[in-house]
Amino acid sequence: MAHQLTRFFAVLALSLGLVLTGMTAQAQVNPTASSVTEDSMFEALGTSDTVSGRVSIPNKTAGTLIKPDNKDWAAFQRGALPLIFVVALGGMLVLLAAFYLIKGRVRVEHGMSGRTIERFSAVERFAHWTLSSTFIILALSGLNLVIGRSVILPLVGEAAYGTLTAWGKLAHNFLAWPFMVALVLIVVFWVAHNIPNKLDLVWIKQGGGLFKKGMHPPAKKFNAGQKVIFWCVVGGGVALSFTGYMMLFPVQAGTPSDWQLYQTIHGLVAAGLTAIIIAHIYIGSVGMEGAFDAMASGQVDENWAREHHSLWVEEVKGRTDAPAAGRTHPAE
Amino acid sequence: MARMKFLCDADRCIECNACVTACKNEHEVPWGINRRRVVTLDDGLPGERSVSMACMHCTDAPCASVCPVSCFYTTDDAVVLHNKDTCIGCGYCSYACPFGAPQYPQTANFGTRGKMDKCTYCSGGPEPDMTQAEYVKYGSNRLAEGKLPLCAEMCSTKALLAGDGDIIAEIYRERVVTRGYGSGAWGWRTAYGETLTV
Repeated sequence: MAHQLTRFFAVLALSLGLVLTGMTAQAQVNPTASSVTEDSMFEALGTSDTVSGRVSIPNKTAGTLIKPDNKDWAAFQRGALPLIFVVALGGMLVLLAAFYLIKGRVRVEHGMSGRTIERFSAVERFAHWTLSSTFIILALSGLNLVIGRSVILPLVGEAAYGTLTAWGKLAHNFLAWPFMVALVLIVVFWVAHNIPNKLDLVWIKQGGGLFKKGMHPPAKKFNAGQKVIFWCVVGGGVALSFTGYMMLFPVQAGTPSDWQLYQTIHGLVAAGLTAIIIAHIYIGSVGMEGAFDAMASGQVDENWAREHHSLWVEEVKGRTDAPAAGRTHPAE
Repeated sequence: MARMKFLCDADRCIECNACVTACKNEHEVPWGINRRRVVTLDDGLPGERSVSMACMHCTDAPCASVCPVSCFYTTDDAVVLHNKDTCIGCGYCSYACPFGAPQYPQTANFGTRGKMDKCTYCSGGPEPDMTQAEYVKYGSNRLAEGKLPLCAEMCSTKALLAGDGDIIAEIYRERVVTRGYGSGAWGWRTAYGETLTV
């Protein structure tokens, strides 16, 4: 009897043991302990907060599951970026209007002489106008993407605005190429004339002679102000071309993070360069008497040239006067 | 009106990809576009989970906020839809989306993406409901027929839930309480600014 009792307890203990082991085994495969959670994945990622995995479809980029950072770019796109554009462009317009009202048009001090000198050849003017006409369309169609939705859309309605912007996008995509070609051309034609030198310091110290009557700091073909414009156009143009090219070919450019970076640079550079170009257009047209001729006919008045590019006039005159010295009839 | 949401119970998803296939078939989605996809996380490791993901129809959707032509709109059911006639294919919504939902039919063409395509929550577009014009652009409009999105409706393990946010959250909560674990409502915090607490 005692023997049987012992066996009974032994079996009981054994089965109890089995049950306990079974429970531990069950605990080991309990998915609760090891299941991935969104919170733990975000925590493990630290600074780069993208949850990614494997997909069985051919588009492997679809493996990115959640990327909350994208919302930061979205907030910038609708918040700060339009504001930057309005401040940059509006600020420049206000500044120029104020300058015009206070100082008025920069006149040729000694009046027009009636004699002209060739300042820009036909091919130089062609490069300039290709660059500028494409830039204006690129700037307007780009600006439309930033603020058009708040400005033009309420006026014309969604359908008309969609059509307009679709054409704007096509123009932006295709006119970028002649813009880039013209950019290369102006670099080839003018880079040699735009290397900064000591004269530029004098020019800058005298404020370009803009603020004192009768002051005309010496300058060669391009003065320091024009050199600043040139390098802004070249630097900004290259930045816009590169980032724009990357956005035209998004698959080659990389992931949404790369696109966001290129788009942000593109937008900021565009805002800055457009503001600079507005100033350039002002001084080249209404802002200064005699300046527009340089890019229109290519022929500038000699007095204008002497006041703004004294050393360049001497260079050109020296070249044309040298053979003339031997002639019986003086040139002037 | 209901506030429609998707919820993928990753502890039930078996990565069969039937939701992906059903979606493509139901809407005759163009080649190369997957309105829905299944992503496997920690693949091959303990705790591996698969999540079926599509457009989450976010609250304050970032795609809508960045669209230069403002072609997005939110329906009474809180579904985020877009107008393909207005869309210019600029790609900005795909930069902004945290879930990789917006896709384009031509990605290799010189700077010209086609009209953006994404999950419509099976509720078509701005055209009149259940018309051919709507079907060609956006696929079928099951919501107008009184049905829920097909991906969730035919999910074999009922991992993917679609419907009013409060109702599917309650279903998920019950499941978590009953079985004692849950990996969470994937993407809810990013899409709706709130996570699901059990």
